[in-house]
Amino acid sequence: MTTTAHTAATRAGAGPQQALLDVVGLSVRFRLRDATVHAVTDLHLALHPGELLAVVGESGCGKSVLAHALLGLLPGNAVVTGHAHLHAAGTGPVDLLNVGERHLARTVRGRAVGLVPQSPATALNPVRTGRRLLEETLRAHGHTRRDASVAADRIAADVGLDPADLDRYPHELSGGMAQRLVTALALAPDPPLLLADEPTTGLDRPLVDHTLDLLRRRCDDGAAVLLITHDITAARRVADTVAVMYASRIVEHRPTGTLFDAPTHPYTAGLLDALPDRAFRPVPGHPPMLTDLPAGCAFAPRCDRATDTCATAPALGREGAGRVACHHPTRAGATA
Amino acid sequence: MTAPATDTAVPFDGLAAHQVSVSFGRQRVLDRVDLHLAPGETVGLRGPSGSGKSTLARVLALLHTPGTGHITLDGKPVAGARHRLPAAIRTRVAILFQSPRAATDPRLTLADIVAEPLRATGTATDAARARAAELADIVGLTPDLLTRRPHAVSDGQLQRACLARALAHRPKYLLCDEATAMLDASTQAHLAAVITDYQRQHQAGVLLITHDPALIARWATRIVDLPTPAGS
Repeated sequence: MTTTAHTAATRAGAGPQQALLDVVGLSVRFRLRDATVHAVTDLHLALHPGELLAVVGESGCGKSVLAHALLGLLPGNAVVTGHAHLHAAGTGPVDLLNVGERHLARTVRGRAVGLVPQSPATALNPVRTGRRLLEETLRAHGHTRRDASVAADRIAADVGLDPADLDRYPHELSGGMAQRLVTALALAPDPPLLLADEPTTGLDRPLVDHTLDLLRRRCDDGAAVLLITHDITAARRVADTVAVMYASRIVEHRPTGTLFDAPTHPYTAGLLDALPDRAFRPVPGHPPMLTDLPAGCAFAPRCDRATDTCATAPALGREGAGRVACHHPTRAGATA
Repeated sequence: MTAPATDTAVPFDGLAAHQVSVSFGRQRVLDRVDLHLAPGETVGLRGPSGSGKSTLARVLALLHTPGTGHITLDGKPVAGARHRLPAAIRTRVAILFQSPRAATDPRLTLADIVAEPLRATGTATDAARARAAELADIVGLTPDLLTRRPHAVSDGQLQRACLARALAHRPKYLLCDEATAMLDASTQAHLAAVITDYQRQHQAGVLLITHDPALIARWATRIVDLPTPAGS
């Protein structure tokens, strides 16, 4: 993609509200010894203050890579192209994909863009207690020593963690407690944009709901959250809009209500049918390998509506919710 | 502890826990719990976090000896756990854990992971390989995936391998401890369909531990609530 920063800026500026994050034509490739992994392909996404956007899809479709690309956390064999303009208050617009490591480390990570990592077990320093980790984070973000201790208890309570459990080391925490601790660490600097990568793994239902409601409240207070999850029921509970990702591309993106009541892409329809309170029927076939994606629509081999047209890749609209990338949507005229 | 219970006057078919208690240190995790899993039925087990669901699953999977109480398998009391039991008893119960990553050896290929329990009981290499291929096909793993190691496949694909491994010895009882919690809806429905098919063919009993009310309502034929143990 050759979209320039200039056109992206004018498009975002023309909307009713400046987007906080404007991703334009993001692609991520991993070079392996004998193959190339197409992890994210030509992704366009705008996230506004106060918006909770959920990215859902099967495991291995590229959801987590999206979050890591935005924070410059990908390994050295990743090739990232495109732009991701962040318009955080107090700083000028920054293109997260093309700014240096120094800038990312000092002004973006944690401060402007927080991350709840997917696997808390590997994200926590094993030789520090939860309290130490949390106070360290708070003090790095302008809290005084005395203040940090009080704030740590409050933030722990916010995420549903008993402050007494803060004095334990990571190996002494259950999976769910570690998950709440990494959420607390990401929330401590109060970033305007939070990337939450599977923040409810290992939690039981009441805690899942608690965490989701916490994210929702952040959005209601004006922050933005990008929720990456495989749990479409969770997305339904809190998201304003839902983007369905399949084989490295967004195939459908629309407001939560319409996506669940009237899915348009055959894959979305299939995914919803797999829910236990719906048909409980898996999507037939298997997801394609990201090293060997078909030239046309990646879902065509599993799709009962596929025709010859599907040999060419369907285009997804650039902006806003209400987009679907399909030649044969299940609802005629539903393409916005 | 090894005293066979005489109170089970009518030996029933199935896998059962009788008055099982388990403590770790001073903390009592299970307090005189009874649970019965009959062949062919799907029991949904639910309870709050920390109520001992996973511990009960490990006790039933013959991986953990209960402090007091005992397990019966098809009417016969089981003495001990793990390798103290003969392979013929051990292999009648299989368990599927929540995290396939934590439950697989990262050095093995998926084909070896599936064949591991067969090798462990002395099945010839060729026979083990053939059976592994058959199992892979049942759970929907394509041959190209079988040559990979865990880091190169997704959670969903790895959990399919774990299910294939669990079914290797055609267990009569399959325990699923949050086995689909970290999987997407489609993979969850697929695994459920594979397990249900297997259950129908072999009259297997399935214990389903889950937090998901929709899943338990859809899948379980009977629901058991595990209360938080008193005094913890």
